[in-house]
Amino acid sequence: MATKASRSAARVMMAPAVILLLGWMLVPLMMTLWFSFRTYLPLRGGDLGWTGFDNYVRFVTSSAFWPAVQTTLIIVLSVLVITVVLGIFLAMLLDQPMWGQGIVRILVIAPFFVMPTVSALVWKNMFMDPVNGIFSHIWRFFGADPVSWLSDAAMPSIIMIVSWQWLPFATLILLTAIQSLDSEQLEAAEMDGAPKVQRFFYIILPHLARAITIVILIQTIFLLAIFAEIFVTTGGAFGTRTLSYLIFQRVLESQNIGLGSAGGVYAIILANIVAIFLMRIVGKNLDN
Amino acid sequence: MARAVTSRRKLINTGIAWAIGLLIFFPILWTILTSFKTEAQAIASPPLFINFDWTLENYGVVMERSNYARFLWNSIIIAGGSTILGLIIAVPAAWSMAFVPSKRTKDILLWMLSTKMLPAVGVLYPIYLLFIQLGLLDSRAGLVIVMMLINLPIIIWMLYTYFREIPGEILEAARMDGATLKEELIYILTPMAIPGIASTMLLNFILAWNEAFWTLNLTAVDAAPLTAFIASYSSPEGLFFAKLSAASTMAIAPILILGWFSQKQLVRGLTFGAVK
Amino acid sequence: MGQIQLKQVTKSFGEVQVIPPLDLTIEDGEFTVFVGPSGCGKSTLLRLIAGLEDISSGHIEIDGKDATDLVPAKRGLAMVFQSYALYPHMSVRKNIAFPLRMAKMDQAEITRRVESAASVLNLTDYLDRRPGQLSGGQRQRVAIGRAIVREPAAFLFDEPLSNLDAALRVGMRLEISELHKRLETTMIYVTHDQVEAMTMADKIVVLQAGVIEQVGSPLELYRAPRNTFVAGFIGSPKMNLLTGAEAAKYDATTIGIRPEHIDVVEADGAWQGTVGVAEHLGSDTFFHIHNTGLAETITVRAIGDVNLKHGDTIHLTPRAEEIHRFDGQGLRIE
Repeated sequence: MATKASRSAARVMMAPAVILLLGWMLVPLMMTLWFSFRTYLPLRGGDLGWTGFDNYVRFVTSSAFWPAVQTTLIIVLSVLVITVVLGIFLAMLLDQPMWGQGIVRILVIAPFFVMPTVSALVWKNMFMDPVNGIFSHIWRFFGADPVSWLSDAAMPSIIMIVSWQWLPFATLILLTAIQSLDSEQLEAAEMDGAPKVQRFFYIILPHLARAITIVILIQTIFLLAIFAEIFVTTGGAFGTRTLSYLIFQRVLESQNIGLGSAGGVYAIILANIVAIFLMRIVGKNLDN
Repeated sequence: MARAVTSRRKLINTGIAWAIGLLIFFPILWTILTSFKTEAQAIASPPLFINFDWTLENYGVVMERSNYARFLWNSIIIAGGSTILGLIIAVPAAWSMAFVPSKRTKDILLWMLSTKMLPAVGVLYPIYLLFIQLGLLDSRAGLVIVMMLINLPIIIWMLYTYFREIPGEILEAARMDGATLKEELIYILTPMAIPGIASTMLLNFILAWNEAFWTLNLTAVDAAPLTAFIASYSSPEGLFFAKLSAASTMAIAPILILGWFSQKQLVRGLTFGAVK
Repeated sequence: MGQIQLKQVTKSFGEVQVIPPLDLTIEDGEFTVFVGPSGCGKSTLLRLIAGLEDISSGHIEIDGKDATDLVPAKRGLAMVFQSYALYPHMSVRKNIAFPLRMAKMDQAEITRRVESAASVLNLTDYLDRRPGQLSGGQRQRVAIGRAIVREPAAFLFDEPLSNLDAALRVGMRLEISELHKRLETTMIYVTHDQVEAMTMADKIVVLQAGVIEQVGSPLELYRAPRNTFVAGFIGSPKMNLLTGAEAAKYDATTIGIRPEHIDVVEADGAWQGTVGVAEHLGSDTFFHIHNTGLAETITVRAIGDVNLKHGDTIHLTPRAEEIHRFDGQGLRIE
């Protein structure tokens, strides 16, 4: 259904969105690229001129770089695995007949509404505080020594907080997908004598493939950018400095714009590698 | 699923599901409960559940200490404004992609989504400079624009998936009936897509409300929303659990209530229209 | 007024030409039916006339004026879609009034027209309902109502009855025909159902693969199909098309004889065979005959209820004057 008139109208109507996003992407990108080749210290003399690839070399050879990349990947992957696996389990549980399903669903969704700054603060102080946090009470109740979570087990703690925030999202999407599964298909498999485990792997899981893809795509987008959770809890200490946070520190805390920008370019490249990989999967999944 | 389920089985399901549901919800419940305690009760060991002296004192202190109303108002303006502005730009774009698809439509969509993957820190300083140049730093207008831009790909994506469910014949009928493109969008497409648009708006409102990176870095006083309000409790006031809880409850309550009331729309919205 | 002329119109989707150059004139007030198997391009042709698709080359004229580059809204045509395409969020009244509202007509006139259309179509009691609360037939009438209030130069119908059940379809067929008699407006009607074409049309356009196979009145097509495609497509049950030795007897590559033009005789018929399936309709009986020595199964229509069963032997004689002859290209030999 398309005529020349509607095609040209379509171009006109798409223009604002495309131009805005293109500008939003390109203008800061160009500026970042420009700064990354300069020595730029706003508090110590401002723009001190061209330095070639020095910033890039310095950023990548700094001892903080590889650990930051590693931290980023560990957080993203762990949260993805935890939320998808638990999400499938929870979705299948919530799909079962029970009393008060609506209320349970409300309880499970709730963490998604909580702003990351709040959830980080609440977890940090009221749960993980080594003196007064709930966990310390529980540990003491069982006669164990309270753990100072955010320094001694910083990564697992952060992964836990972030997973708590994203589990509702994964659960809901997967639940919606499970509910759309044709029950006749499952009954047919049951008639064919497929045991429960096989029904899960051969019917339910393939049916969820598309939903899992969506979960992974959307969550990766947000997880690569997590900021508040680290800013509020550890401030990047104890091995929780992600690439994003490292750059943030270079730009804002050390006020070294050139170095931070070079880091930004690395982050953009990393994001693009992930993006290309993901977009390919999603693109395939969308050809329905 | 018209199958007989034994009530024993149902009982077990109910038990497990409620236990897990409450476990997941517990941090929020605990925060709300603590907000009504005195500071001493808040750190009592063993912890007190409901057997404490309920008090509203903490809310009073928090209100006094900072101008909650202003933070709340800023949050509403930023989240609401960016959602509406985004919608105005996204509806025509999504119409184009859903009803006049070309070979490049999918590529454009994926490209738009990929702009969301650009790490914000990578472009923080340039945006900061531009904001200073344009006088947008610490202004609500500036944040409305940034929030709109970061959520625009998601708005377009969601609207696109909803629009595709609307039969093209109905829009063609409007065209045959003499509607111009503008009339077709206003009188036919938008009203038909109301459920989808509502879920889109809701999700984006929540995302903008909770967004912390740009709101923390581009505001100081005038335009600071609730994310900044709560961040001011990170330390050392965070050690005052009751007040922290009261502030937290005040920051999340509006969204929690909005989210629960519109749960159905939201579930639809959360799936980004991609899962039925 | 509503004369529509297509001059050397073509349509291509990418590399594929779905409509090779085509000329067609639809006279003012004529009820024209485009008929053909699915995928023959009949709906595409209708959409080209409506302006919902661009033509790749050629011209479309409406009342002598070039409408090739006009947007659908400016062509003065009304269309009834297969899915009815009612606006689900509007009441019946608003649905019917929509084109008038778009034309910025004043409210009093809109009300008058909507109400008169509703009374013509028996929709008066349903004006405040939503389309979702109506039956298929009622939805169909709303779609027609939305088309007639505009008093268009021509109506375009895109398989409007295919979503209705059989009984309703017959009723709606009559209603549309009567509407045409009363309005005397040009109507173009697309269908894959040759019965609809035969019963409704002033003029039938038979299409196959984007090519017009024949244009003519229903009886012209029935009596003198121009080729084997039209011969096989028009008429129900289908014309028997015979090839080989039997056809050679008549100096043709293919001969055609309609089931109703074969007589069942007691003995000594031209063909003798056994009854396969007998379909008893009461008024008629259709026999499918095997083992006649011909390559093809023969279908015969007998008047009334003829008492022959599966496996019975039957004697048949075709009426010589009703035999159609076709040459090697499938074209009619006069």
